[in-house]
Amino acid sequence: MTLEIKDLFVSIEDNIILQGLNLKVKGGEVHAIMGPNGTGKSTLAQICMGHPSYKIISGDILLDGESIIDKSVDERSRLGIFLAMQNPIEVPGVTNFDFIKAAMQTRMKKDEHLRVGKFILKFEKASEDLKMGQGLAHRFLNQGFSGGEKKRNEILQMKMLNPRFAFLDEIDSGLDVDALKLVGENVTALKSPDLGLILITHYQRLLDYIIPDYVHIMINGKIVMTGKDELIKKIDQDGYDWVKKELGIEEEDKKPYSLGTCPSKH
Amino acid sequence: MSKKDEMNFNNEYKYGFITDSKSVKQTKRGLSEAIVREISAIKQEPEWMLNIRVDALKAFYAIENPSWGPDLTGIDFNDIIYYIKPSDRVEKDWENVPQEIKDTFAKLGIPEAEQKYLSGVTTQFESEAVYHSTIQELSDLGVIFLDTDSALKEHPEIFKKYFTKAVSYKDNKYAALNTAVWSGGSFIYVPKGVKIDKPLQSYFRINSERMGQFERTLIIVDEEASLNYVEGCTAPIYSNNSLHAAVVEIYVGEKAKCRYSTIQNWSTNIINLVTKRAVVEAYGHMEWIDGNIGSGLNMKYPSCILKGDYAKGTTITIAFAGKNQYQDTGAKMIHLGKYTTSKIVSKSIATRGGKVNYRGIVSQGKNAYGSKAKIECDTILVDRESASDTIPTNIVKNFRGQIEHEATVSKVSDDELFYLMSRGLNEDEAKEMIIMGFIEPFARELPMEYAVELNQLIKLEMAGSIG
Repeated sequence: MTLEIKDLFVSIEDNIILQGLNLKVKGGEVHAIMGPNGTGKSTLAQICMGHPSYKIISGDILLDGESIIDKSVDERSRLGIFLAMQNPIEVPGVTNFDFIKAAMQTRMKKDEHLRVGKFILKFEKASEDLKMGQGLAHRFLNQGFSGGEKKRNEILQMKMLNPRFAFLDEIDSGLDVDALKLVGENVTALKSPDLGLILITHYQRLLDYIIPDYVHIMINGKIVMTGKDELIKKIDQDGYDWVKKELGIEEEDKKPYSLGTCPSKH
Repeated sequence: MSKKDEMNFNNEYKYGFITDSKSVKQTKRGLSEAIVREISAIKQEPEWMLNIRVDALKAFYAIENPSWGPDLTGIDFNDIIYYIKPSDRVEKDWENVPQEIKDTFAKLGIPEAEQKYLSGVTTQFESEAVYHSTIQELSDLGVIFLDTDSALKEHPEIFKKYFTKAVSYKDNKYAALNTAVWSGGSFIYVPKGVKIDKPLQSYFRINSERMGQFERTLIIVDEEASLNYVEGCTAPIYSNNSLHAAVVEIYVGEKAKCRYSTIQNWSTNIINLVTKRAVVEAYGHMEWIDGNIGSGLNMKYPSCILKGDYAKGTTITIAFAGKNQYQDTGAKMIHLGKYTTSKIVSKSIATRGGKVNYRGIVSQGKNAYGSKAKIECDTILVDRESASDTIPTNIVKNFRGQIEHEATVSKVSDDELFYLMSRGLNEDEAKEMIIMGFIEPFARELPMEYAVELNQLIKLEMAGSIG
């Protein structure tokens, strides 16, 4: 069971975002992808899921050795790719329950029917695990959810859909310490040889709760360094500048001329 | 046209079938005073009704088509049969309904619906009601629920008191036409203080080529009474244009409440020009729940005349315009009494090149001191070929009136589709889900069975957009 990204070049409009990215994830592994803002981390997750705004210039994405780049978003989902999104969309009028039920139905074989009783029990258990509260099933999908609730709802969907490879795109942003711990525990509980996890994050915080097997540093659209725990600590202390210096990378100068900066959220 | 397109076209009208039926009496094609007199004579009407019909016909000739909105000049009034009588008597119970008519209703799934939700049925087939049942508990309460023709015979005093009082035949060309040639429809009288808990339902259907339908519905909810009336229709496909010009008049007495729900689903060759109006007395409340899914051209603006002080009007409407459809719908709220309030919620959907307009009037008169009105219009365009306009008219003629108007137009965005598809729904399922969510504020106001039917209809319409 592998997800392999091979020498991938990806653009949006006229900007090339991914510039020869390589990554191989096996079942049971947890990969963390870290890097400064705007280096293409989210693009990687979106293109693997098949977002129509991005264009693959060259390279390939292989699931168990077979290319999926010609597959539609929903086909990829049904093949077991999952993306917990950074900004989940609000869909008024559609209840969380109906949405997840419909999503699960798409996984049924032709003559198979979703067993509703079993589904309800699983749904209730998952919302309890994530401390989502009683009314969750009947609330409209992400509508009026707090930032933290939206993130937890993504994990809830992941729990329900049992993906084979899941990208968690900045699942930690907008979460307070308690919620982060809860999400961390829930994701960790899902770890199995049948699930490959790719965590996209700026900070080491999340990685205190979900321990990665590999840590990748991504700069300018490709992975420039791969390591383990020690890399997280170093980034936490020293940021990313030393990586650039060590590897002799010039960051593309896209920043505006600025007189002073806002207080950093780091 | 590709093979796939052909298949979709054939699927477009699930309810598009015609059952062979023999009409007993019908007028010649075309319109004249002689035809109007013939209709009245067949029905053995009192003279006052004949006189109104004849006057209305004169008004019809005198009034021009509206100067605004869709073009109606293509309607050939001489190519329409104005009266067809399917059977000589009104059926009192289901046993006596002709089998072929039963078959038609069976295809529509009506008998099952009846078991669960219907507490009274008028199934209109062609121009007149052929089946009519009123459950005992209703008649015990003094509620009159009849087809309009029988009501004229059996309750002429009530009929004369209210007929044409909410909608004058001088109101517009099609109200005039309806008054001249009307046939069938429902008549409901709810006496003072009688509150009917269960919804009353009635299905209508056109089933004769080139035959116009001109139902006339008259509903009176007397002081402190309440009524929840549900009317619905599906129609077969025809090769020729068919005009449908109904009039619905409702009278809501002091402290009374009336809700009128309908889902209009004529086939796309039908021109539907309906005048619906309620007069609401002090502390009364009128609610129009108005769904427009079918017909090629549809013009419908349910109105409330808030006559008494503290009268209240609510209109919740959806319009769905698919391929070859033009929906020009909306609502009117005329505030006359003091402290009257109104709310309009309009949801419009256009797909596959359909055109959908919201057109509405909210007017607060000189004496409508302290009145409040709220209008919410939301439109969703599923693709680039579809179009929509919002045409509101808001008038306040006093110093203390308030009108709030909110309007949004949105498209189904790539990011929305991406999100839903990333969970396994294909593009059509994702679009369908977004549309279903969009109309939820309307659907939740319907009886459950109707909401289910609406969902199926929308799914069917959305499915037509594949390929």
